[in-house]
Parts: sequence; structure tokens; C-alpha cells
Amino acid sequence: MVMSHDDIFETVGKPLLNDGRIKISCRNVNVYYGEKRAIKDVSVDIAEKEVTSFIGPSGCGKSTFLCCINRMNDTIKDCRFEGNITIDGENIYDRTMDPVLLRARIGMVFQKPNPFPKSIYQNVAYGPRIHGLARNKSELDEIVITSLEKAGLFNEVKDQLDHPGTSLSGGQQQRLCIARAISVQPEIILMDEPCSALDPIATAKIEELIDELRQNYTIIIVTHSMQQAARVSQRTAFFHLGSLVEVDDTNTIFVNPEHRLTQDYITGRYG
Amino acid sequence: MNRADLNSHEDRLQLIKSKLKWRYAKENIFRAAGIIAILSALAMLAILFISIIGSGYSAFQQTFIRLDITFDQDVIDPDHKKDPDVLSQADYGGLVRTALGKMFPDISDRREKRDLYSIVSSGAAFQLREMVMEKSGLIGTTQQVWLPADDDVDMYIKGHIQLEAEGSGRIKENTVRWIDNLIEQKSLKKKFNTTFFTGGDSREPELAGIWGAIVGTFYTMIVTLALSFPLGVATAVYLEEFAPKNIWTDIIEVNINNLAAVPSIVFGLLGLAVFLNFFGLPRSAPLVGGLVLTLMTLPTIIIASRASLLAVPPSIRAGALGVGASRMQSVLHHVLPLALPGMLTGTIIGMARALGETAPLLMIGMVAFIVDIPVGVFDKATVLPVQIYLWADSPERAFVERTSATIMVLLAFLLIMNALAVILRKKFERRW
Ligand SMILES: Nc1ncnc2c1ncn2[C@@H]1O[C@H](COP(=O)(O)OP(=O)(O)OP(=O)(O)O)[C@@H](O)[C@H]1O
Ligand SMILES: [Mg+2]
Repeated sequence: MVMSHDDIFETVGKPLLNDGRIKISCRNVNVYYGEKRAIKDVSVDIAEKEVTSFIGPSGCGKSTFLCCINRMNDTIKDCRFEGNITIDGENIYDRTMDPVLLRARIGMVFQKPNPFPKSIYQNVAYGPRIHGLARNKSELDEIVITSLEKAGLFNEVKDQLDHPGTSLSGGQQQRLCIARAISVQPEIILMDEPCSALDPIATAKIEELIDELRQNYTIIIVTHSMQQAARVSQRTAFFHLGSLVEVDDTNTIFVNPEHRLTQDYITGRYG
Repeated sequence: MNRADLNSHEDRLQLIKSKLKWRYAKENIFRAAGIIAILSALAMLAILFISIIGSGYSAFQQTFIRLDITFDQDVIDPDHKKDPDVLSQADYGGLVRTALGKMFPDISDRREKRDLYSIVSSGAAFQLREMVMEKSGLIGTTQQVWLPADDDVDMYIKGHIQLEAEGSGRIKENTVRWIDNLIEQKSLKKKFNTTFFTGGDSREPELAGIWGAIVGTFYTMIVTLALSFPLGVATAVYLEEFAPKNIWTDIIEVNINNLAAVPSIVFGLLGLAVFLNFFGLPRSAPLVGGLVLTLMTLPTIIIASRASLLAVPPSIRAGALGVGASRMQSVLHHVLPLALPGMLTGTIIGMARALGETAPLLMIGMVAFIVDIPVGVFDKATVLPVQIYLWADSPERAFVERTSATIMVLLAFLLIMNALAVILRKKFERRW
């Protein structure tokens, strides 16, 4: 099959939802880096309190699309956004929408653990502090402890909250970053390949954690591991060359994909 | 060896082995060249230090002569009123002359008398006046007082000049006789030269000190630091973190890099034209010196600060933005603290350069002969490197050793600052 970068694929499967579970809805999203079109006409709905995974070959635009949802792309020069994204029916690219406020509602976990070079406590307390979520020290302590507990890290670090966050192991650092993300009680958590720097045991812990967090948060996770997508997500979206090729229930995608490309990719025959 | 030979495993190893020797040899040559370079640099440094210390250490001692001074009531305070005006106007030089005359009673020739009087520094009179002004109870008593010898005597004692007859020296035969006589009576000896560290500039080497220049340097540096650090850091933060990348910021960047390479005298000319002639600020003032040195130091600080901002990983910024920090907060709370040690190091290096700068300060009149110790940034002042320049230009032999001694003091300051920069860098080494 010959493909050029100008190809746009119609999304197959069930990109749009029609039950009342829609948390994020994206319509006709295009993203350009200068002249280059990195996201091509993507429309998709993300369901509330569910894990959606983004899969696809390297460079297909998963991270780019993820960054559109909390407007991190604002900080990238030469990056231009077109289209429409609403969260709970509210247009996040509206002139009146404050990106800082938006990011307080959407936590983000990055590919490489990036704790601040400060103490574990300060790492988690930073978000609540700048947003003024705690009225006093004991409330702040409370937030830090519950966040660390939810991230499954508290028992490991409870005696060393004043140690630098950078002194933890890679997996612990990533869980610290998750604790930092949930400390401001966001509605949505975006995770860009959160386990790519971790060993299988640390990965299993994070996956377990994602499964628990699903009760309270809407989660989008970018991953290169089919198994991970299959294990943690309820819905899966397959990107290819900036297009969204197929979206469906994870089961359907992995058992009975509709599109040839999806089938090739998940069976490893891609390329 | 041709290609076909390479087919066997052993031949290939043989080939690699035969080249290995040459590869190691190259490495050794390179290492040796590096060591030679370092050793020659160290040798130059050693020569510099040895020559400066060798010619300068003797300035830390000064020859003093002990005289029995009679604080004559009739000379100092004839009407017994202890009026400070009268006390300060008295002829203290006369007291010194009387004491010397008493010590060598057999000298009557006028010319010889003049020679005798000149073995004690003209500053001796000031010292006596100060003693009386401080404690008027001295009047009417006789005290043993150590007074600074004239610089020619001092130079003779230190062996820097010889008898007039033997060469170009300025010391006379009769003076040498008196000196020998004084030494015999234990009335002449070398003591630590406090004046050098506490005095201002003077035409008389034995009265000249570097305190005025140190204070002037201090004020100039304070002005420079207070202006260039905040300005430089703010500029760097704006350019690196907030400014859009377009043709204008490119032009600014090129200009800043260019300014760092502009000869410092150009900044002096600019200061003369702008600060003195246009704004009418006072000549020779540390304020203007600081302004000029700020212009010179700013590019260094900006470049160092931008480099250390650039070294902060972008993931830190992303992490802060990700939890909802504003751009300003991500810079102030996370990026700046991480970049600060690097900025401080750059600032110290810039300040060290400013500390040793002479040329631009000559242009704005900080080269004037200033005796008084400055008490503010508007007072006339000079700085250490300019003091070196001034003294290096003076004909008196005694100023030669003072020049070297001042260089030693300046080098000590530079050494401390650069050591501080290294310590800072070591202490806050990146830890992510
Ligand atoms: N800052 C940028 N400037 C210009 N082009 C960019 C930038 N970031 C990404 N791109 C381009 O946009 C396309 C999509 O990149 P993106 O990082 O979203 O891919 P990805 O799917 O996340 O890949 P990976 O799985 O390797 O992380 C790529 O072709 C990339 O070259
Ligand atoms: Mg990516």
C-alpha cells in the first residue's frame, strides 16, 4: 500500500458517543507545526470516568493531540490549532477560557518522570498552594497525604517526605508525578507514555493505579504497548499519520478491528 | 594488505592490532601536549607572582625613626586656652626639627641642617598634631614618638637606592652617617606599614595608602552590582522565557553578544559623553564609574544567565504548567531558582572583570589625584587598578614597591571572587 502524508482517513468504529457519558468532545481538530499538518481533521468523543488509550506508530500525532486537550500546545511556538474541543460542553479554546484555570482541571503526567528538584512534600503541595486550595498547613498536609495515598506511594515515602523527589526510583518518581497531578483534584488526567521509562513491576503498579483512579477521573493514556492498552483502557483510539483511523471499545479494537491499518498495527504486521 | 586477506577472522584482528599501537601513540601525544600547555601556563603565572611579590612585599614595612619630642607649651598653645583652632595651626614641624637638632647638636651648617630635617617624613608634623588634638594633656610633656622616615631613607634601608656618590641614588653621605648613628641608638627600625592600608593617596610615598582606592572600588562595585545583576537577570529571563523568537529578538541577541566584545575604553567614552556631558553627573564619582562598568558587565551577565536558563530542562517548565502554574510562576518558582547559581557565577566573573578595569574609568576622570577617603557614591574617588596606574607612573622609587603591593591586594580580591564563583558552582552542581 502506498501512502503519502496528505492522506486523510475517515474515522471508522465508534468515534462519537450518543449516551450521556461524554466528557470531552473534539470536532474537526487540525494542528499545524508551521506548514506541517500534524493532526488532520480529528473528531472524537472521550467518555467520562473511563480510560481511553491512544495508540499508533511513532510520530503519528498522539502527543500533539493530547496536548491540545489541556492547551499545552499554547507554549509551543509555531503550533497552530484549528477546530473545536469542549469539556462538559464548554469550549476550551474560547477567548474567555483561561489556560491556567483549564490546566488546574486537567492533570498531566509526562513520558519521563519530571518531579521538581524539591522535597517530595513540596512536589505534591505545589499545585494546591498556587491555587490556594488549602486554608492552612494541616489542610495542605491532608491533601499531600491523600494524594500520595491515591498514587500508592504514601507507604513507601511516609518517613522521607522532606527528601528530594529526584532521589526516588524511576517508578516512584512517576507515581509522585501522578500524585502531583491529582493533588489539585482535576477532572481529567492525561498521561503521555507514563510507563515507557519503567520496568515491568513498576509498570504493573501504575496500571493498577490507573484502574483505581478510573473511579473518579476521566483518563487518557498514550501508550506504545498493545498489552497495556488492552489491560487498562475501555476504549482505544488508533492514530496514523495525523489521522484518527479507528476508535472503538478496546475489546472490539483488539479482537475484531474494522480497518486494515488497525489490524496490521495490533498484530505487529505494520510497516 | 588487501581486501581478500580480511576474510579470515585472524587477519582482521591482526589489522586492528597493527593500527592499535598508532592509536595509543596519538592519544599519548595529545595528552602530553595538554600537560605541556598547562605547565607553561603555570610557569608564566609563577613568574608573574614571583616578580610582583618580589618587588612588592617590602612595601608592607616602613622605616620609622624614634624621636624625643617635647610638646612645647609656648609653641603649641601660647595663651593656655586649648582652643582647637590654635592647636591645629601650631608649628609641629618645628617640634620635629627641634628634636632632631637636639639629637645631632654638632650640626650648624644651614645646608646640612636642611638635609638632617629631611630624614623624617613631612607627614610627621600631621602625626604630632593628631596626637595633640586627641589628647591635649600631652602639651608640656616630652614623649618618645616613632615617626615615619622619609621615603629616601626608607629606600636606602631596604637597599633599593645607594649613596649618591655610587650612582644615581638620592641619598647623601652625611645622611648615611646619621642613619648609622640612629641604628646604633636603636632609634631607627622597620615596622608594619599601617599607613599603606589606612591612608589615602599622597605625593609622599611614605604617607600614601590604598584605603581611598579600596573604598572607591567598593562604592563603584556596589553601584555596578546593584544595577547590572537585576537588569541582567531580568533581561535574560525575558529574552529566554517570554520574548517571541523573531527578527527583533535576533537583532537584540547579536547586539548583546557584540557588546560583550567591545573594548572597554569605548564604554568609557560613552560614559563621558552621556553621563558627564549630557546628564551632568559629577566627574570622578563612583556613581559614574559604576554606571560605565554596568554597561560593560551587563552583556556578560546576560549571556551567562541565558545559558543557565537554557540548561534548566524543559520538563521542569512543563511540569509546573501542567499543574496549572502560570508562565510567570513556573519561571519564578522553578526555573529561576535552578538557574540562579549559574547566574551568580556569571555575575561574579563579570564583577571580577569590572574590578580590574582601568581604561573606561580614566575617561570619566577617576584618574584624578584624590587624597580624601570618599564617603559616598558622589564623592571624588579612584579605584585600585587606576591607583596602580597612577603609582606606576610616579618617578619616586618608593612608589615602585607600592605599585606591586597594590597589585598584590588587587590579585587577592580577584582570587577571592573567582574562588567564590568556583565554590558556588561546586555547591549547586545540577542534581536532576
Ligand atoms: N514542536 C514541534 N515542532 C514541529 N514539529 C513537531 C513538534 N512536535 C511534534 N512535531 C511533529 O508532529 C508530528 C507528531 O508528533 P507527536 O510528538 O505528536 O507524535 P507521537 O505520536 O507522540 O510520537 P511518539 O510516539 O514518538 O511520541 C511528528 O511528525 C513531529 O515531527
Ligand atoms: Mg509522543
